[in-house]
Amino acid sequence: MESMIEVRDLVKVFGGFAAVDHICFNVAVGGIRAFLGPNGAGKTTTIKMLTTVLQPTSGRIRIAGHDPVRQPMLVRRAFGIVFQDPSLDDELTALENLALHAALYGVARKQQGQRIETLLGFVGLWERRNDYVKQYSGGMKRRLEIARAFLHQPRLLFLDEPTLGLDPQTRSHIWEFVKGLAKEQSVTVFFTTHAMEEAERVADDITVIDHGKIVAEGTAAALKQATGANSLEEAFIALTGRNIREDEALPAERMRMMRRAWRGR
Amino acid sequence: MRAVWILWLRQLKRYSRSRARIVGALGQPLLFLFALGFGFGPVFARAGNGNYLDFVAPGIITMAIVFTAVFGGIEMIWDRQFGFLRETLVAPVPRLAIVIGRTSGGATVALLQGLIVFVVCLLAGLRIHNPLLLPVALVFMGLISVVFTAIGTAIGSVLRDMQGFQLILNFLVLPLFFFSNALFPVAGLPAPLRAAVLLNPLSYGVAGMRQAFNGGIGFDTATDFAVLGVAGAVLLGISSLLFSRIEA
Repeated sequence: MESMIEVRDLVKVFGGFAAVDHICFNVAVGGIRAFLGPNGAGKTTTIKMLTTVLQPTSGRIRIAGHDPVRQPMLVRRAFGIVFQDPSLDDELTALENLALHAALYGVARKQQGQRIETLLGFVGLWERRNDYVKQYSGGMKRRLEIARAFLHQPRLLFLDEPTLGLDPQTRSHIWEFVKGLAKEQSVTVFFTTHAMEEAERVADDITVIDHGKIVAEGTAAALKQATGANSLEEAFIALTGRNIREDEALPAERMRMMRRAWRGR
Repeated sequence: MRAVWILWLRQLKRYSRSRARIVGALGQPLLFLFALGFGFGPVFARAGNGNYLDFVAPGIITMAIVFTAVFGGIEMIWDRQFGFLRETLVAPVPRLAIVIGRTSGGATVALLQGLIVFVVCLLAGLRIHNPLLLPVALVFMGLISVVFTAIGTAIGSVLRDMQGFQLILNFLVLPLFFFSNALFPVAGLPAPLRAAVLLNPLSYGVAGMRQAFNGGIGFDTATDFAVLGVAGAVLLGISSLLFSRIEA
């Protein structure tokens, strides 16, 4: 089967530490793949390399047949992404955010209006299109970002913990939108999450990474069978151990707290 | 091109919607204008240097431009922290287009802020000797805007959070402003100080603007223009280079 993502012997070393250590995997065209791992396992580093913003130390990547190192513009055109943290401009309206994206991605002006209307309608934000994004709730921002990620008709969608910090209703909505849009526009999906039931419910296949290495790959049922576990969560713990991983507090977290304090929220 | 335009437009929209920012950024220059302009005026005149308001107005306009421009560039730190920067970094657009869009937007905003202060200076009594030379003054305002937005962008590309902002303000922006000829004439300064003023590109921007207001342009104007133009080109190059090294 044709691959949308092809990764061979991918390595990323930060100052002597191999964050990603000779990983290999393929994601078939049209597939939905969950990429699981504890904090610091190498998920985000891998996604950054796949999305052209980080140079690999060695190894080979193909995204829709293109090399992110040599042909970053072709790769960027091929994928859409929803980051772990919001990446909207709060001071602009939803419509302006989408128009900005359309301009950055060179979406034909003729199609732009129609596509924006369709996508905003799909995620239920058309009525609120002229509101500033700062007036949106967390769930609405996520929906807007998902709509935005589909705007330039990508063939591949990256989602980095898209449901983090959202309530169960919003989560299930978000996955409906993603699955609906992905199916309708035949888009391949590659996502990370810590919510095992999401991975099990949404993904066709699951890849588990830990300490920079792929430790398991297959359907949820296959992973459970291989580890003799009753749930995917048990299987995940069997594969990655019980130790708690420390996540560093990034400057971004500190800034967010400062800004909130300044605004009196 | 469309990417450059949309990023420019974004900066202008953000500026025009933030009245607090427009008014807030006016406070400091106006305070300087009225406190120094009227406070030092009599002394300056008695020393035989003429009208201090006419002298200091270009400096005050410059101050508004410099602070708005540097802040506009540094605003990129917010964009980085709040994620919007990543949206532009993964877009299929060369980094250079992003830098040009951001810098031209920031410079336009700084220029507008400078024009507001210019109007206030006129109301306060600034005399324009030859209105036909106003476009020359405008060119200098524009160049100062570009130079300092580029400095802000370069700083914003290197700093990861706002912790270093105070440092930049007190050890770079304020010295550049004070050790130009914005507030006092160069003649009669101690030699080291005069050297500092002469090495500071901002001095040439203020001098060019001041001469245009006074109605006399000449060989000096060309020198001022050349120095500021070269400084602008070099700083744009540096800021583009630093920006292109950002890892999302």
